[in-house]
Amino acid sequence: MRDLAAPLPTAEGASAAPVRRALAQPGVRIGGTIVIFFILVAIFAPLIAPYGPTEPDWLAVRQAPTAAHLFGTDDLGRDVLSRVIYGTRASLAAGAVAAVIAIVFGVPLGLVAGYFGGIADMAISRCTDALLACPFLVLAIALAAFLGPSLQNAMIAIGISAMPIFIRLTRGQVLSVKDEDYITAVRAQGVGDGAIIVSHILPNVLAPIVVQTTITMAVAVLAEASLAFLGLGQRPPAPSWGSMLDIARQFLTEAPWMAVWPGLAIVAVVLGFNLLGDGLNDALNPRDD
Amino acid sequence: MLRLILNRVLVAIPTLLLVSIFVFGLLKLLPGDPVLALAGEERDPEVIAMLRTKYGLDQPVYVQYWRWLSGILQGDFGLSIRTRLPIGEMLAERLPVTLQLAFQALIIALVIGIPAGVVAAIWRGSPVDWIVTSIGLAGLSIPSFWLGIMLILGFAVGLGWLPSGGYVGFFTSPTENLRTTLLPSLVLGTAAAAIVMRHTRSSMIATLKADYVRTARAKGLRESIVVRRHVIRNALVPVVTTVTLHLGELLSGAVLTEQVFGIPGFGKMIVDGVFSRDYAVVQAVVLVSAVMFLAMSLIADLAYVLLTPRLRT
Repeated sequence: MRDLAAPLPTAEGASAAPVRRALAQPGVRIGGTIVIFFILVAIFAPLIAPYGPTEPDWLAVRQAPTAAHLFGTDDLGRDVLSRVIYGTRASLAAGAVAAVIAIVFGVPLGLVAGYFGGIADMAISRCTDALLACPFLVLAIALAAFLGPSLQNAMIAIGISAMPIFIRLTRGQVLSVKDEDYITAVRAQGVGDGAIIVSHILPNVLAPIVVQTTITMAVAVLAEASLAFLGLGQRPPAPSWGSMLDIARQFLTEAPWMAVWPGLAIVAVVLGFNLLGDGLNDALNPRDD
Repeated sequence: MLRLILNRVLVAIPTLLLVSIFVFGLLKLLPGDPVLALAGEERDPEVIAMLRTKYGLDQPVYVQYWRWLSGILQGDFGLSIRTRLPIGEMLAERLPVTLQLAFQALIIALVIGIPAGVVAAIWRGSPVDWIVTSIGLAGLSIPSFWLGIMLILGFAVGLGWLPSGGYVGFFTSPTENLRTTLLPSLVLGTAAAAIVMRHTRSSMIATLKADYVRTARAKGLRESIVVRRHVIRNALVPVVTTVTLHLGELLSGAVLTEQVFGIPGFGKMIVDGVFSRDYAVVQAVVLVSAVMFLAMSLIADLAYVLLTPRLRT
């Protein structure tokens, strides 16, 4: 599992030209290219895929890679390349939706806990501790099991499991900036709490949230594949890399290619997000250099 | 030291209570009446009412929660619907299997991760650093279940050196035990090695810049001695704590690895529980993993204090 507890940057470096600084990082360039490539594959899947993802060909069952089927065919004669291409959609959707859920709930809760303190902070922080005490995948499996197996429920389960990291991260960032002089000055001018949070605190805690989002996408793509592999995500025959690997496991001796390509696709996407996250971390956290 | 332990235990109690409420609540939120599931074909209202009373399901929710919690505190996790065995017994049987895997994985992670991190930090920016960090990032990006499948493909299906799955207890046959646990430990150890490497590298880089290291160099000490005596020793302190904390994450990996290799461990227990709708088992696994995680964070804190002399008093 991804290193969720890795040290994260502060808002310190988020001042001048952060985009240019980020683009100067090789990690951002390589990771970004990989991620954009897969986004394009997901969008244009119907144009790129040589066959339909659920189209069986009973005359070409478990065929090794050939010119007609570059990645070979699976146990129902479906084209593995086409399924890998369409599978990009489930993976990226899971990554994006889970990250959005985690941010939409996690960041406001972290802001409230950090800014207002008191009972709200105590309640939110204790619940965060409780959720963080459960290993990420164990929590996601339990939630997905209770919600029922489907891609949509897997996304919700992963999003909820990833949420506490955002609460803790945002809270910590808010605590580090809320007593800065400029915030005190704005408050002295009579600006309300809501306006202070939105206009002055949030922009200053954004950099580490951006980095964490990228890392969360990597974690979520891995988690979606894991849940689908266990039978708790996208249901067959709809293509998903995790469920393709689950089926491939039964045909390792006869059709090893079925297991190779979906796995390589997962590695590539996750590596892309990880490279992007590392690069953004280096760019937005110049203290490491 | 005793105060620190007490303090941490006191902080962990409300967290655990919240986890237990959360786990209990999940079961309560499930659609469907558990009594009807228990009654099976029986639809006689009197029998159903009797079952409801027998299992305390006619009591208010907080009474039910309290009964459940006090049972668990006495080691009674209830019965598994699937195996009809007490869940406590199942845990006692399966936890050691996973702990063995985690222990072997940890050794692999430390043996690979620490030297790799040290080398990458010393030659920071060189091709060696680039290669080590790239391999580390790849290690983090490979799904454990896929790595497992690839290792089975290579070492079991292809070369035939190791079994493709199953588990033999250590006391039944130590050699077979090692043969059946080698590949799963390697899978678990890979991701852990990547994490250890990254933490070692960043901690080493920070320590290499410390004032006392500059002083040691200024004294004219050879670089190898500076690194060995002053840098590695200090840089590994934070690594120990993060590694201890990551032991909890090894459990996540164990769920998938045990599934791939068909190992009857703690991780497979939750998957089996999920698919047989054995929710009491799922509850127990989540709860026990939280307890283990909190125990690990306590150990991490203690290790940090023990390894940092100025905090020891």
